Amino acid sequence: MAAAACLAAAVVTQVARDRAYPREAPATQAMLYVRSPEAVKRMVLGFDALAADIYWIRAIQHFGGQRLAEPGQPRSYHLLYPLLDLTTALDPYFNIAYRFGAIFLSEPYPGGPGRPDLAVALLRRGIAVQPGKWQYYHDIGFVHYWSLDDPTTAAAWFQRAAEQPEAPNWLMPLAAAMLTQGADRVSARYLWQQIRSSAEEWLRRSADRALMQLDALDQIDALNAIVASMPPPAGHGYSWLPLVRAGRLRGIPLDPSGTPYEMDPSTGRVRVSERSPLFPLPAGVHGR
Amino acid sequence: MRVVSAVALNVFRESVRDRVPYNLVIFAVLLIGSSYLIGQLTAGQDVKIIKDLGLAATSIFGLFIAIFIGIGLVSKEVERRSIYALLAKPMSRTQFIAGKYAGLVLTLAVNVAVMTAAVYLVLGYMTWNEPAEARAAWDAPGTDPALLKALFLIFVELMVVTAIALFFSTFSSPLLSAALTFGLYVAGHFNADLRNFEHVVDARPAVWLARGLYHVLPDLSAFDVKTQVVHGLPVPAGYLVSTTAYGALYVAALLLAATVIFTKRDFK
Repeated sequence: MAAAACLAAAVVTQVARDRAYPREAPATQAMLYVRSPEAVKRMVLGFDALAADIYWIRAIQHFGGQRLAEPGQPRSYHLLYPLLDLTTALDPYFNIAYRFGAIFLSEPYPGGPGRPDLAVALLRRGIAVQPGKWQYYHDIGFVHYWSLDDPTTAAAWFQRAAEQPEAPNWLMPLAAAMLTQGADRVSARYLWQQIRSSAEEWLRRSADRALMQLDALDQIDALNAIVASMPPPAGHGYSWLPLVRAGRLRGIPLDPSGTPYEMDPSTGRVRVSERSPLFPLPAGVHGR
Repeated sequence: MRVVSAVALNVFRESVRDRVPYNLVIFAVLLIGSSYLIGQLTAGQDVKIIKDLGLAATSIFGLFIAIFIGIGLVSKEVERRSIYALLAKPMSRTQFIAGKYAGLVLTLAVNVAVMTAAVYLVLGYMTWNEPAEARAAWDAPGTDPALLKALFLIFVELMVVTAIALFFSTFSSPLLSAALTFGLYVAGHFNADLRNFEHVVDARPAVWLARGLYHVLPDLSAFDVKTQVVHGLPVPAGYLVSTTAYGALYVAALLLAATVIFTKRDFK
């Protein structure tokens, strides 16, 4: 009883002291103490796959934590590639780590680190372990197409993917279309619809977002045309109001996520709001 | 054979009464059950983490049981002075060692079976809960029978570790036996590095020594096929048979050495 009373008194004293003399919270910067895959492999004593799962969970938490940070706060994805590197080194057959890594490493800032080169490097390591895995070739092609705006190289990778065992029959026509037509939203939409039929939920969600971004690009083209057809009088900036009054628009247009579009008052160019979950739109996927 | 069975059953009964294996197995089962919750953090890799955690828990807790009970198999009898009464009975020292070993292997078999059942129970629940489209993305079926290959080799590895613990128990104190057994376990997992030592040093004697150690030390990393079965990669039957045969021969060598040491010990 006396011991419990002393402990209770100590707790009360501690609370009172912390209120009177608040202490700064220690800096909680994320750290990766061991970066060498070879060192970690030796440290885990044969439990490589379990260690890979732990690093994978950490990679997801790190990426999600940065991506969901408050708007305006700086984001740092500096640990994403090292964590994925460790995950795939510990478990070279961890397919989703390669595919997830590719899509989100290549995602432009602030949605991701904007490192398509690292995405390709990660997928190439996956191919070294499983040379017959068509999905990895396809994903490299996709990175070249979507992030690097290089449809020729993308087509070459889609072709290599089509040559792998059990590759789906839509890969070769896609490669051919890419070679002959160059980058366009039709091929992009087709690609994302294929990924959307994937059984992995995270890939489906990424595809849904990308398809909405493509819809937004189409809508922006249409809106730009409407804005250009009705320039403001001299001395006035561009705005939605005159267009709504003139009946050209029913109201301030919303993007596919439901966020209002913004208009540059000096140029009239329509763009997706930074508050929209679709921001930023992919660069280089121009219309026909 | 009857004598060996009697000693073995006695060891099994004593192990069942001992709280340490109970607590370890209960903790392992709880850990395996919690893997279902941990799997929610893995972005669609629930089944993989349940399998990885289940196999790892079976291996780790089996190792603890093998070491904690194995190190005291002989030394406890010596400390309690019950060894005199035992050796006075119509039982050879070889039968005594064999019976002790068989008893602990039986204990391990029961514990591994309980943990295996827990893993399959969680996997079965997972499989039943997930829609067919999600299951199609899995590298291997949820309740994949191939997991039994990994669990079988884990059990054979534990048999080798038990034999190591028993070997040290015949001449050493429990604390030292535990340290030496764990040390050999660690060395056994780094064994493969010794085989390619010529890539690290140029001196021929060092290379020969490393190669010799590679063959003498237990090659425990060979029993690890967890990654292959979780990802649905094939584990050839020939590999299973040859690795099991290696384990059996290594166990036989350790038991024979333990018998020689134990036979030469004078308990006066």
